[in-house]
Amino acid sequence: MLTKLPFRRSTTGDQHRAHDALDWAWLTDKAVGVLVFVGGISAIIFILSVFTFITRQGIGFITDTMEVGEFLTSPAWRPTSDENPTYGAFALIVGTASVTGLAVLLAVPFSLGAAIFIAEFAKGRVRETLKILIEFLAAIPSVVWGFIGLSIMNPLIIELFDVPVGLNLLNAGIILGLMSAPIMTSIAEDALKAVPDSYREAAEAMGATRWQITWKVVLPAGRKGLLAAILLGVGRGFGETMAVLMASGHSINIPDSPFDSVRALTASIAAELGETAVGSDHYQALFTLGILLFIVTFVINLTADLVVNGIKKR
Amino acid sequence: MFESTELNRRNARVEKSMGFLYLVMTLILITPVLLILGLLIYKGAPHLTWEFLSTDPKSGMTAGGIFPALVGTIALVLGALIASVPIGVAAAIYLSEYAPDNWFTRIINLAIINLAGVPSIVHALHGLGAFVLFFKMGTSILAASLTLAIATLPVVIVSTRESLAAVPMAFREACWNMGATRWQTIRKVVLPNSVSGILTGVILEVSRTAGETAPIMFTGAAFFLPFLPESIFDQTMALSLHLFVISTQVPGVPEHVPYTVALTLIGIVLIMNALSIGFRMYLRGKKKW
Repeated sequence: MLTKLPFRRSTTGDQHRAHDALDWAWLTDKAVGVLVFVGGISAIIFILSVFTFITRQGIGFITDTMEVGEFLTSPAWRPTSDENPTYGAFALIVGTASVTGLAVLLAVPFSLGAAIFIAEFAKGRVRETLKILIEFLAAIPSVVWGFIGLSIMNPLIIELFDVPVGLNLLNAGIILGLMSAPIMTSIAEDALKAVPDSYREAAEAMGATRWQITWKVVLPAGRKGLLAAILLGVGRGFGETMAVLMASGHSINIPDSPFDSVRALTASIAAELGETAVGSDHYQALFTLGILLFIVTFVINLTADLVVNGIKKR
Repeated sequence: MFESTELNRRNARVEKSMGFLYLVMTLILITPVLLILGLLIYKGAPHLTWEFLSTDPKSGMTAGGIFPALVGTIALVLGALIASVPIGVAAAIYLSEYAPDNWFTRIINLAIINLAGVPSIVHALHGLGAFVLFFKMGTSILAASLTLAIATLPVVIVSTRESLAAVPMAFREACWNMGATRWQTIRKVVLPNSVSGILTGVILEVSRTAGETAPIMFTGAAFFLPFLPESIFDQTMALSLHLFVISTQVPGVPEHVPYTVALTLIGIVLIMNALSIGFRMYLRGKKKW
């Protein structure tokens, strides 16, 4: 970070023009300082704006229609029923949790393995190529992943496991795992790179092999960063929309097996919001799901940051 | 002579097998995706013609091309860039050149991380609640672009901040010592030395924005609109939503059509990414310090 620079006026005083130019420069400097400060706090403004506007649209549901506890724990999500629409988010929460859980279970070991390989074992061109490949994989849009789940994974799962429908928890979990793996890999690789080389050199000087250095020195030193990588992967999976919508089968279920279809929080909003009237109970309930998503991802991201940086200020 | 002991040999064995294990894990991560990409190319490439890109969809999107969706995506990306790049660059300049090391700066950093972590569908809710309804923009290119701009703002901030931080401190100090103000230093020394890095980040943002689907669903992208938008207050088709629509909502679409759309979308994203990576490598080679 920069230290504060005292602005120094010209001491030769007698040249008016130089003074004017200097004052002008001084004014511009101050003006730009204000402008970039506004830009600097834009992220805070926007995060507050997101929270304010989704709360504004959705809060009526919690205050007037249903209690929070009941909303979160009742499993029946039947918002379009004519006589008796019910709003229960539990099955959706379970849907999101199970898909994310499966994805993380599949993605974490391979992501950490790949990160270790790229950071500690690979060298030169192999390493550059792998890094670029991982970056490419992270860039594939989620709607394309959803399409892959729909058109490639679906028949594959039907074929392999002999089940009637291939759009289910397993499909969404695998797709989400493949999606979040590159992100976890690159964050984890950054975390391992952040371990100072002097640690490695000290261990190498003691005669440790590359594997011993990785296992006994680098991994323990980088464990916070690795944990943060996993958390950010979880956050990403939790908030993923299009891929889960398209691959999960989108039927409301509390799954007993990976071959059950599930519906996720994000997917419900995406699929239903277009058909609701602004301000209706259903509309407000979907915004309430949005508030829930916002809060959970906020907590996950905050935790990841605290894990890395601690409570003290940086 | 050095004679390898049992311990040495065991270490060497462990070393080899562990390296191999991690290589295999990396390959397991990468191979399926490469196979899938191969399949997309195999099924989509033969149909990816100029005609497909330049004609309107016909017969309820089961035939014809994707011209309006392609134009719509370009319009949305441009709109998002115009809104987010100035703000993002200003934020990065503040964080890298002005911000003191205190709790407030930490809160800004936390806000950026959290903004990047907000689920895309929540951005859509925000866009609907704020731009479409509260600011009365209606479902329009304008509202969708602004929603996308907020969703991708962290990409610009983070990449710009990195390229500003890469300019050596000594450059700034030399300039200050000549009596230049902070802004003069930034404009004449810091920005010229980092502009290509900033550009790399912008290209990356293009790739990210072009693929986003959820944020534009309720804010400005239409399912089917076989003509071009005339102003920023019109709705538009977009490639990403088009892929969703034809693969889930429309019955009777021939198999090759969604593959071709997916390939087009992924092509745009990967070409942009490749540009950004290539640019970065070129810069690294050119660096004078």
